[in-house]
Amino acid sequence: MKKFSKFVPLAIALVLIVGALTACVSQSSNTKSSIDRIKEYGKVRIGVFSDKPPFGYVDSNGEVQGYDVYLARRIAKDLLGDESKVEFVFVEAANRVEYLQSDKVDIILANFTVTDERKKLVDFALPYMKVSLGVVSPNDNVITDVSQLKGKKLIVNKGTTADIFFTKNYPDIELLKYDQNTEAFQALLDGRGDALAHDNTMLFAWAREHEGYTVGITSLGGQDTIAPAVKKGNTELLNWLNEELKELGKENFMHKNYEETLRPFYGDSINPDDIVIEPGT
Amino acid sequence: MQDLGIRVLIEGNNLYRLMGGLLITIRIAIISAIISILFGIPFGIVMTSKNKLVRFVCRTYLEAVRIIPVMVWLFIFYFGVPKLTGIHIAGDVVSVIVFSIWGTAEMGDLVRGAVTSLPKHQKESGKAIGLTNLQIYSYIIIPQSIRRLLPGTINLVTRMIKTTSLVVLIGVVEVLKVGQQVIESFVLQSPSASFWVYGFIFFLYFIICYPISLFARKLELRWKE
Repeated sequence: MKKFSKFVPLAIALVLIVGALTACVSQSSNTKSSIDRIKEYGKVRIGVFSDKPPFGYVDSNGEVQGYDVYLARRIAKDLLGDESKVEFVFVEAANRVEYLQSDKVDIILANFTVTDERKKLVDFALPYMKVSLGVVSPNDNVITDVSQLKGKKLIVNKGTTADIFFTKNYPDIELLKYDQNTEAFQALLDGRGDALAHDNTMLFAWAREHEGYTVGITSLGGQDTIAPAVKKGNTELLNWLNEELKELGKENFMHKNYEETLRPFYGDSINPDDIVIEPGT
Repeated sequence: MQDLGIRVLIEGNNLYRLMGGLLITIRIAIISAIISILFGIPFGIVMTSKNKLVRFVCRTYLEAVRIIPVMVWLFIFYFGVPKLTGIHIAGDVVSVIVFSIWGTAEMGDLVRGAVTSLPKHQKESGKAIGLTNLQIYSYIIIPQSIRRLLPGTINLVTRMIKTTSLVVLIGVVEVLKVGQQVIESFVLQSPSASFWVYGFIFFLYFIICYPISLFARKLELRWKE
């Protein structure tokens, strides 16, 4: 991914220019309501990740699974009466907005973190998950507070929220930066750093598989929420989605989802309320 | 944990999925390569034209394709065109279109290079014995330039096969993406999965590209005689 990431802004800029030039032309054609169009098509098209377990991934049998996917299936059931009436579109982090803007998906459920910049481009529904930074460290030298990191080496992934957060707020902590998750975690196992900072969800899953390591700091920095997104201006679908999510919140659907999809990854040591949000509550 | 790595490849449907991904890679690359060669040869000959306007148009096309990265072209056709016209083109079709546009330009430039590299007297001799332009090209220029073209063409085709890894950004799940899906779904159980999966994909790319180079070498040897 890294090598084309520098082209992504250029690509997006070009598409935006083309899009802006023609926005006025294409507006008129959408007289039919967005939900009617989904019903006519017979399937709701939902963009999910295909390689981000446990949220959206393809298992060894080629089946798409995960927390986002579980919610997607339920949305299809409540919208079209059948769980299988969903068309999964595999998206990448870099093209999620484009998929919505060009009408190639109806909803994005790909662990989409709500940010102010993205709010200008898409409409977010109610959040169904939250995420913040965590720090994992070996049991014999566990870090439970950021102040303990002074003078130590902290491993982060280049360009992630963890990298940005520590560079900005704690410039005196020495950072070891890696491109890939696998490299970063290997560095921690090899003892090249004293601790590793990443999304807390990722760390919970990792610490469960590796004995002798604890997520000493479970939530750090600002808490971000994750929400479904629809195309900007698609209020009909947005309103439907918000009503749907509120209903699901009432029946504690997200906790059920957690039990089914996330607990096998995170184990019993985690409080589901650290991750799950019941929409509308 | 280390021993789990190679098992990732045969777990469940993984091997089958990787092969399916490879098929998509090959299909896009081969169709685009054929189209590129078919259109590239006439385009290259047109590029040798003495007409300034024709040369300018060709030059603009070539430079536009070279300057704008393939990924941007993919984005323009996949996300830009629907916004502009409301017409949706499937991801694999977009891939073939973009790779053909790119391949035709590059192939054209290769052909232009090969044709202009032929000594001038070849063409003049043809004229002297009264051949028409068409005859000069089909009996003298093209047969001789094909030999000079071969290394560059093979290079272009193998480059195309490898560049197909970009099409994942427009939702076409080819072999590399399947590999990443497999790796990520095993990242916790088996950290060495990436080594085995990428190793296997390396091997797959090799067994496609190597026979092409081998074939080219044979052809070159035969033409030398």
